[in-house]
Amino acid sequence: MMNPYSVPTSEEKSVMLKAIGLSSIRELFSDIPSHLYLESCTDIPQGVSEYEALRHLESLAEMNTLGVSYLGCGSYDHIIPSAVSHLSSLPSFLTAYTPYQPEVSQGTLQAIFEYQTMICEITGMDVSNASLYDGHTAASEAVVMARNAKRKGNILLVSETIHPNTLSVIKTHMSHSDLQIQTIAANDGVVKLADLEAMLSPEVIGVLVQSPNIYGCVEDYSGFADRIHAHKAMFIISSDPMALGVIPSQGDWGADIAIGDIQPFGIPTCFGGPSAGYIAVHEKLLRKLPGRIVGESTDSSGRRAFVLTLQAREQHIKRERATSNICSNQAQVALTASMYLSLTGWNGVREAAVQSLTKAHFLYEALQSVSSIEPAFSSPFIGEFTIDLGSAEQAGAFLSGMREHGIFAGVHLGELDASMAGLIAVSVTEKRTKAELEQYVHSAQEVLS
Amino acid sequence: MTYTSLIYEKSCPGRQGYRFPALDVPAIKLSEVLPQSLIRSSVPNLPEVSEVDVVRHYTNLSQKCFSVDTGSYPLGSCTMKYNPKVNEDAAALKGFSQLHPLQPQQSIQGILRLQYELLERLSALTGMKWGTLQPFAGAHGEYTGMKLFKAYFDKLGDTRRKRILIPTSSHGTNPASAHMSGFEVIEVAANERGLVSLKDLEQYLDDELAGIMLTNPNTLGLFEDDILTIAGSVHRAGGLLYYDGANFNAIMGKTRPGDMGFDVIHLNLHKTFATPHGGGGPGAGPVLVSQRMLPFLPTPDITFSDGVYQLTTDRPDSIGRISGFYGNIGVLIRAYTYILVMGADGLQEASEHAVLFANYVKEGLKKAYLLPYDQICKHEFVISAQEIKETYGVSAMDIAKGLIDEGIHPPTMYFPLIVPEALMIEPTETESKADLDRFIDAMLLLKQKVIDDPDALHAAPVTTPIGRVDEVQAARKPVVRWRPDTVSS
Amino acid sequence: MSEVRKGLWYTTDHEWIRLEGTKAYVGITDYAQAQLGEVVYVELPEIDDEFEKDDEISSIESVKAASAIINPLTGTVKEVNEDLEDTPEHINSDPFEYFIYAIELSDESECDDLLDADAYSAYLETL
Repeated sequence: MMNPYSVPTSEEKSVMLKAIGLSSIRELFSDIPSHLYLESCTDIPQGVSEYEALRHLESLAEMNTLGVSYLGCGSYDHIIPSAVSHLSSLPSFLTAYTPYQPEVSQGTLQAIFEYQTMICEITGMDVSNASLYDGHTAASEAVVMARNAKRKGNILLVSETIHPNTLSVIKTHMSHSDLQIQTIAANDGVVKLADLEAMLSPEVIGVLVQSPNIYGCVEDYSGFADRIHAHKAMFIISSDPMALGVIPSQGDWGADIAIGDIQPFGIPTCFGGPSAGYIAVHEKLLRKLPGRIVGESTDSSGRRAFVLTLQAREQHIKRERATSNICSNQAQVALTASMYLSLTGWNGVREAAVQSLTKAHFLYEALQSVSSIEPAFSSPFIGEFTIDLGSAEQAGAFLSGMREHGIFAGVHLGELDASMAGLIAVSVTEKRTKAELEQYVHSAQEVLS
Repeated sequence: MTYTSLIYEKSCPGRQGYRFPALDVPAIKLSEVLPQSLIRSSVPNLPEVSEVDVVRHYTNLSQKCFSVDTGSYPLGSCTMKYNPKVNEDAAALKGFSQLHPLQPQQSIQGILRLQYELLERLSALTGMKWGTLQPFAGAHGEYTGMKLFKAYFDKLGDTRRKRILIPTSSHGTNPASAHMSGFEVIEVAANERGLVSLKDLEQYLDDELAGIMLTNPNTLGLFEDDILTIAGSVHRAGGLLYYDGANFNAIMGKTRPGDMGFDVIHLNLHKTFATPHGGGGPGAGPVLVSQRMLPFLPTPDITFSDGVYQLTTDRPDSIGRISGFYGNIGVLIRAYTYILVMGADGLQEASEHAVLFANYVKEGLKKAYLLPYDQICKHEFVISAQEIKETYGVSAMDIAKGLIDEGIHPPTMYFPLIVPEALMIEPTETESKADLDRFIDAMLLLKQKVIDDPDALHAAPVTTPIGRVDEVQAARKPVVRWRPDTVSS
Repeated sequence: MSEVRKGLWYTTDHEWIRLEGTKAYVGITDYAQAQLGEVVYVELPEIDDEFEKDDEISSIESVKAASAIINPLTGTVKEVNEDLEDTPEHINSDPFEYFIYAIELSDESECDDLLDADAYSAYLETL
């Protein structure tokens, strides 16, 4: 048995070949020019049993090291309820295709409809799509929307405090266009209204900001929406949705487009993926939203029914005139997030967010006692804050010293962008215990002494 | 009784389904650490339900989904093969699932090695040099490929090359991906055999040609046997070739896009490499390239030297980053495991069986349905209901919906666009002969129904939780979220 | 057989144009609406926006198709038909009664390129 998942008997194969009027499998490939035809692919090892395969995978998994994690910057170590892990692998959700046949896909369609509702509620926006690849590519899609919505202008304002990877992804995405990306400088780790105002012009098509930002600082967008809308530009806010359990939502700030990554809602960090990007917008942008959207309708007997709708926006109909090429999204991840949100409810989201904040502040305060660790900013933060070790070398030495204590003590921001060398972002979630936080402080004292 | 509740409709104010650990550090008031303007006052409406409610809700919903684990799913160009369970176990290993993307490199040697070896194997299988695992889906791979084309011509200082040729039978993502990367899309016609018309191609072989995007076998399931001529012509004109790997399941271990002359290709791991579709994702669309495209690959790249795997961004000509971190790692782990279990011969046999089964089903159907291109197909083929529609008023859609009542998922409908009333059928290699026969019998039965009682098929399906949906209403007056004041039937 | 109304001007993109002084009202023809199927959405341009001849000015969507409206005459948008926001189906029932937008012409000589009803009918015959 070479392929354990495809096991016709040799008699069945003969019967099928005979029905086709052929005498060998080779003849089925006679349309491949002979010098392109391969007898075998020897560069790939021969197959093994699933038992052996799994042992091998376990050995690879063991080559990775886990530790008590204070790593964040877009991927967070929150508690995942057992029910979520079990439900997210229900085989009928997992092994279904995109729900193009609504009569046999009501489960997936309804679950996405519920997901869209939950995202709208959390972000304070009117409409959401069924998910995008991740929070960073969601930013690209938002920028494209802003670009297409305004006929004149080619400047995108981006705050200096967004995730550097988000900016990189946007730059790649827009590399063929004449879009100019200009940076709004930060002040004490946050963007301020005055700095925005100084850069706004009729040529600006959109403004992208992030809160909590790459430093963990929370930004105040009072007055932003009015100023941006006065120039007919789009206001785009990226937020960790768990943080919205504490801080104002994008809708509260008057944003046109809300984006972010739903990973904190019950999705394992899994080396960065799969997670999923969310995008939710003001109602007037509904028909400009990229990706799949589920809508409610009725069936031929008047029963409530869910269906993929507004498909005339999408690539399979509009082809080269489509503004986005997205087809596959991250449906199963969106489904998992809605399972998490159903289980926790708003009170649970709020509790996870408030506990993260409380524990982050506990650690922040306790670290004041450690000389040579300085807070990088005095701006308010919630579950993640940035410390300043002075230089890339010292930051590196601190992190490797902490690793020897079994602690991933934070992300050296200099690794994401050299301009932030020496800064370490420390993320604390509800998962960390008081004992672990105290251990962090003890280990830090020891490492730095 | 069919389950019809929304989770919101089960909500009961004050109920909570999950308990977090009690806070073990001193509580603080939000106002102690945040100014009032930074404290949320709006209260979102999320369901308030118990754990049992949640478990039953989603379990019931899942039972309203047709899936590969439920039955035959001959959806053309989607390769709905069986998704082996061991792959799920592999992806769930804590040493993978709990890794953080920004861990130091010495702590992630296992996952880097897995990615490195996966790239090696995919390169070997396709005849390409190296690649990137970052693209999240096939369309994302195409986008990456088009960016690579752009970077290549930019490096040459060749700004005239703006045209991408795309056959009329292509997937919609092809023209969309090319256009959003700044290329002009030109459709190339098909010849009478359903393949790229060399005559039509000829007129575009000039200094404005950037390249061609091809699926091979194409969406009719036919192998482009002139591929070497096409590749030679395009290359001589200074253009590049992109291979859409949606149909790679037909040719694993049989022939390689690299040997055909392709410069950039993507594979759909969620099709060919048996990772689950998840109701629309996550998938993965790794991109592999020829020698000349290597400098432009996205960053970070994975390297191996002195026994150490490393992520590197030191690629000055790179198109840059295309995803936040490293792509859909969970999907990559599943595909790696699949290749490990299958091995060289297993993969080759998968393609052999996929092609054998498709031809067997095609032979079984061609006495009852119009087969516009009657020749040996690869892993899929297309029939047309045009005659049936003209004679009996029954459309491809009606037949597809009728199939649902026979317990089989419909084929892909109305695609490719060059065949009217198309039904595109891809059985995949993991079906049994009994399942294939059952599909053939069901299609023959439907043909008989078309003749005996055509009206009945307009009402199909009748065995499902709902009948056909009013899509016009859904699009005219979009209701895309639940609201508490919605009156539900 | 599609209706072609006398007294209107036409384009080969299947738009009709009603000229009132220096203003042109633009809609889509009976032929165009039949090709599209049930219209679910009409995108309206913004008032005071300027468009060149042959710019893509708006789009009309059905469930399975999307069709661009190619602006036939250079000018400034002065009116849009807001009735179509809530009831796009009027495009199907009365294509000639429901204009989509009206544009103030900046170059009346462009009108010379338009087809009259007979010429448009003849064009339809060729399709």
